[in-house]
Amino acid sequence: MDQAYDKQNPAFYAVIALLVFMSVGPVLLMFVNSFKLDVDIIGGTSGLIFLPTIQNYETALCDILWYEPEHLDFCSLKFGGAFINSLIIALVSTALTLVIGCMAAYALVRFRFMGRDTVSLTTLMVRMVPPAVLLVPVFGLWSNEFCLDRDGLIGGAIRDVFGGRGDVCLAGTHTGIILVYVAMNLPFVIWILQSFIVQVPPSLEEAARVDGAGPFQVFFLVVLPLIKPGLAAAAIFTFRIAWNEYLLASALSDRDTKTVPILIVNNMSEFNVEWGVIMATGMLLAIPPIIFTLFASRQIITGMTAGAVKG
Amino acid sequence: MADAALTTSSSSTARQAQRNRALSLNRLTPYMFMAPAVFIMAIALLYPLGYMVWGSFRDWDPSQTIGEAEFVGLKNYITLWGDPNFRESLWVTLKFAFFVVTFEMVIGVGLALLLDRNIRGMSALRTMFILPMMIAPVVVGLMWRYMYHPTVGTFNRTLDGLGLPTVDWLGQHALMSVIIADIWQWTPFIFILALAALQSLPRSALEAARIDGATAWQQIWYIKLPLMLPVLIVTGLLRLIDAFKVLEVILVMTEGGPGLSTEILALRISRTATEFRELGVAAAMSNYLLLLLLALTMGMFAFTRWQEARAARVRMAAEEDS
Repeated sequence: MDQAYDKQNPAFYAVIALLVFMSVGPVLLMFVNSFKLDVDIIGGTSGLIFLPTIQNYETALCDILWYEPEHLDFCSLKFGGAFINSLIIALVSTALTLVIGCMAAYALVRFRFMGRDTVSLTTLMVRMVPPAVLLVPVFGLWSNEFCLDRDGLIGGAIRDVFGGRGDVCLAGTHTGIILVYVAMNLPFVIWILQSFIVQVPPSLEEAARVDGAGPFQVFFLVVLPLIKPGLAAAAIFTFRIAWNEYLLASALSDRDTKTVPILIVNNMSEFNVEWGVIMATGMLLAIPPIIFTLFASRQIITGMTAGAVKG
Repeated sequence: MADAALTTSSSSTARQAQRNRALSLNRLTPYMFMAPAVFIMAIALLYPLGYMVWGSFRDWDPSQTIGEAEFVGLKNYITLWGDPNFRESLWVTLKFAFFVVTFEMVIGVGLALLLDRNIRGMSALRTMFILPMMIAPVVVGLMWRYMYHPTVGTFNRTLDGLGLPTVDWLGQHALMSVIIADIWQWTPFIFILALAALQSLPRSALEAARIDGATAWQQIWYIKLPLMLPVLIVTGLLRLIDAFKVLEVILVMTEGGPGLSTEILALRISRTATEFRELGVAAAMSNYLLLLLLALTMGMFAFTRWQEARAARVRMAAEEDS
């Protein structure tokens, strides 16, 4: 890094400072407020003089804490469980999307086969489908059609193990939500990974093939290691969507499979908002994306430019 | 990294045999690679979309299966077209998308032009700028709802502290407030892409302009912007498509209110389905939204195709000249 930096005038740095303040300010504000008692938030005393407390976090996470917080009589907010649900759903759907997506992207880039153009056009088209559009059909299908008959063999077995009445349906299960997320993210992941796979020199694959590697060996041992940056970018974007999504999860989940965004929205729509606790839950939801941003911003930017510019 | 795959090489006959097997596999290989993706997208994207089109012709209640619902033809679509609430919501959506994209493009490109300099800590700066768009829309909504709060909120408290009259952010100016929040979250997207486009511009053109004595403004206006235009158009279209998907931020901030002033189409679809329990109407509405987005995507697609064709023609012409 022995690059010479240009000298800029002070006004320029003032502008930059202002921009940073504007983009990070609201997040910092939420962070600070999550350590305040409601009295302090509403009280209107100046922002920075207060006694930090983790009480809000205790309230939020009361169902998975090993001790009982003193200020709580009853654990009403089942945030810990939702957090675990979110984690399971986001991680599993990200992993599945990546594996399935990069296989498809590889096929689209490297092979000429019947139906290739159709697939690639469809992929491009379904990228624009908003979650709101999927709401009605997914709700209808998942709770009425994608079901195992309760009298059937597998459905009966599942019902005996987990209980419940009626047919066993995808709605209300982790699997159901994961399936939508994988399908929703696939077009984007395929698109982004294509631009990375194109850059892998075909001669490398040729060499491996001459040495007797089968197509799957070539893919997993030669191509995959070379597109790691693309995989990282795709993983972050997929995780972000699966982790942050609210609408479809709210339609598909039941009491036990609620994710964090649903919980936050439900608490926000109550008449008397407990700002401290809400901010704490918001902060917990924001932490994984913030960590990604801090440690993988280069991958995120590469992914963004690859996805948009090279399309 | 390719070493692991390269180690297997023995006699040439064995190699020949493997090659033959590989050839017969070759035909099937792409299909095996595609199969999982096609399967998942077929059952969880395409089938639901078809199901929705089918359902939009029915008078459909959440308690019924789609087979029990009565077929009503185009009734849902026609009712919607005459429904002032739907029109209002469509109008709000278009206004929202238009203002959001315009402001974000202007601010984002402006910032990119301003910050395209060789300064220390640029990557740290970019990291901080992308923070807003990585955070969950739900959380963005709650942050801004707090800041806009009439009495407790940051903005009104600051205004009050300065002795200025307070503003009824989420009441009278709800749409504007929602637009500001979206601009906060998504301007960085335009900024990053515009910056990437700027930095990949041919240095020679800029150099030539500088030698010819073009001022900074002239360089921006006559060289940088025209050269960036293709990328900017694609970026703007991507952002426009995304602007129609926004839902959570608005849901958390205003729940569509007051009245219908911020009820964008996505929100109306979800309310029609869950509150009014009219799945058929919601499906028809989804179809309208989908058609709108389809047109936009086609536009983007056609544009990139045209762009590529033009670039190819320019290359051809350049080769012929030389």
